[in-house]
Amino acid sequence: MPMNSTESFAPKIVAFCCNWCSYAGADLAGSSRLAYPADVKIIKVPCSCRVNPMFILRAFEKGADGVIICGCHPGDCHYSTGNYYARRRMTLLFSMLEYIGIEKDRVRVEWVSAAEAVKFSETMNSFVLQIKNLGENVRLGDLRCKS
Amino acid sequence: MKKINLNKLKELFAYISEKSSLFLPIESANSINFGMYDEKAKVRLDVLKTSKSPKDLFFPQSETLYSCQSAKGKISIEPQALQNDEFVVFGMKNCDFAALEILDKVFLSEPVDTFYKARRDNATIVTLACARPSESCFCKAYGIDCAQGAGDVSAWIIGEYFYWCANTQKGVALLEKTAHLFEDADEADVESAKAQIRDIVAKMPLMSLDLKNWGKGKTAEKFDSPLWDELYKPCLACGTCTFVCPTCQCYDIKDYKAGEKVVRYRCWDSCMYSDFTMMAHGNNRTSQMQRFRQRFMHKLVYFPDNNDGVFSCTGCGRCVDKCPASLNIVKVIKAFDKEA
Amino acid sequence: MQELKNRIKQLMEENVAQRALGWKKGEFGYDAQAAFFESTDELDDFVYNGFCGANLSKYMIEACKKEGRTIICLKPCDTYSFNQLLKEHRIQREKAYIIGVGCKGTLDISKIKANGIEGIVDIEGADMFSSENLLKIKTVYGDHELAYSDALLERCNCCKGKEHMIFDEIIGESADTVSADRFEQIEKIEQLTSIEKFEFFRNELSKCIRCNACRNACPACNCRKCVFDSDKFDSAQKANSDSFEEKMFHIIRAFHVAGRCTDCGECSRVCPQNIPLHLFNRKFIKDINMLYGDFSAGSNCEENCPLTSYSFDDAEPGKI
Repeated sequence: MPMNSTESFAPKIVAFCCNWCSYAGADLAGSSRLAYPADVKIIKVPCSCRVNPMFILRAFEKGADGVIICGCHPGDCHYSTGNYYARRRMTLLFSMLEYIGIEKDRVRVEWVSAAEAVKFSETMNSFVLQIKNLGENVRLGDLRCKS
Repeated sequence: MKKINLNKLKELFAYISEKSSLFLPIESANSINFGMYDEKAKVRLDVLKTSKSPKDLFFPQSETLYSCQSAKGKISIEPQALQNDEFVVFGMKNCDFAALEILDKVFLSEPVDTFYKARRDNATIVTLACARPSESCFCKAYGIDCAQGAGDVSAWIIGEYFYWCANTQKGVALLEKTAHLFEDADEADVESAKAQIRDIVAKMPLMSLDLKNWGKGKTAEKFDSPLWDELYKPCLACGTCTFVCPTCQCYDIKDYKAGEKVVRYRCWDSCMYSDFTMMAHGNNRTSQMQRFRQRFMHKLVYFPDNNDGVFSCTGCGRCVDKCPASLNIVKVIKAFDKEA
Repeated sequence: MQELKNRIKQLMEENVAQRALGWKKGEFGYDAQAAFFESTDELDDFVYNGFCGANLSKYMIEACKKEGRTIICLKPCDTYSFNQLLKEHRIQREKAYIIGVGCKGTLDISKIKANGIEGIVDIEGADMFSSENLLKIKTVYGDHELAYSDALLERCNCCKGKEHMIFDEIIGESADTVSADRFEQIEKIEQLTSIEKFEFFRNELSKCIRCNACRNACPACNCRKCVFDSDKFDSAQKANSDSFEEKMFHIIRAFHVAGRCTDCGECSRVCPQNIPLHLFNRKFIKDINMLYGDFSAGSNCEENCPLTSYSFDDAEPGKI
């Protein structure tokens, strides 16, 4: 992606946020008037471990350029251990995506607590920038959703 | 009869593909299927059977029928354009061509399938005689002669030369267009090659398969046979046999939500799948035995019932080669023969 | 083979089991099929040779629904799948009498045919229990000879081992067939650039015809209803409408069996388009071994699956 078009490219980003920590963190970021790009669409999930690999692939299919999963810090899961399982699953899935030639920077996992409004906004800002640099997702999407 | 040296075939392909799309057996990632010719294509005319049959050139595995869009409270429908460009299919085998004639009975009878008809009308088909039939072939059982040509142009590869002659008006047109590349040939060369092929066919184990116990009006006799209960057991319920089959023609119609619009498409379906002919009330075939029976009864009994005794199988043998559980129509036919 | 056949006959006559699950000879000597033998008379067609590649473990699910006990013939690698099915409570141990059959590697008919051998009417020398390493192939176009060891399936060239993980008795010897490293291909792909990887998998997966043979043959894919058969999707499990669908299917299928896949290689064996599907499963196996410690699904019935357990200091996603 040439530099000049980075400016006009508005990436579509899906953020899966756990109900108990990250979604509350996003809420706090909002009420604290911390800015993060409107390109990020948040989907609330009960726990980071609710995120099925299929959710991530479907998001790409329907036109997402990047997908980020946010959950409670390991050890702080509302359900005690959910995010530990999510961590293993996402580690394997991301490794597989890289293995079949999908840019590994299109996906990310961040642990964001309910108090970390600043971290939430910084994470989203940096992720959007990362996706802008990567450009449009062409390798993993359904052609029918493109036109 | 015209001929051309095999090493000049590339010139012929280049010439044809300049004027229209050319489809022929191409090797890609260790698999040989019909594909569009370009300079880099690895053409494999020497290979007897492509993995998939060439039916998807006429009836693609998935194709869009139309799409709808909703804007300002109004729905607009955008029809899918028909395939109106001429194309050439090169190197189709006789069994596959015979299969196309079976598909014609389905798609060209009323109501005519316009998508299929457009492709059929625009295709010029060059069939290639089978120099080396394989053990899984049984076309002769259906009265197909793999030494004799069919389609618009019949072709043979004999020694260093490629021979062809036209059978139809479209074929004549193709031969005229490419006449400058060819030289005149002797009919006798081809006749002796045909005789050779027929000799080989006589030796192939499945060619003598007998179909006398099958065909019109056999439903009552076969349907309730306890044999089905035995035969289906190794079946994995995958769709390999139906998807590699040149005559299987069932399809499903679905809607795809593509953002702002909805795309209606059809895709091949398989009677082996549990959701085949799924309706609001459920499914009328609830066990794998019933689905398995359906496939063979359709090919060997129901289709002949509705089409003057023509079987919906041409003996290409792809199911024999490809079934992961080594089940196939031949085993079914033989099992019933043994019982009788 | 006769010894095996006699033993099965004896077990059935002694009423140890009511039926046997084995392989039945086909039309050409290379197309043996899985079969239930309900009576000793039917055993005439029983066969056990290099072309009996089919892993019978999954048929045990059906066998468990029947009255009585079933004799099941398992090659060493098939026993891993059997264990895995036991662990997942899909089959019952007491319903099976397991004969661990010796194996000297299973044969790949497409590899044989790739040598230009056509019109095969019979193949001699495929017997599992003979030490001879020569296949005599009779064809309409003349006879051919090929070393048994040159016609092995890829999975046998990187065999997991010749030990049976579970059995009631063992008949026949197993041979070493290893000639390649199991993860060599994976490592080679990992070395490629991102775009090269993408091109490689696109070429392979674009051949997929969505026949679902890989899924249906896979002993780990034993869900009563597959997620891909759901009518809630707007894309059909049988449509190859866009290159995305194939990727989606194969990634998710591999993911669903990650930590449960025993690397039996059935997916690659049955693929009608010769897609090397084991490359997906082995990538997960390799990653699991590296990240969470060596694990071999189906080697026993007790150990926890790596994806249903965790440790506090696991690697972070995307950081390996």
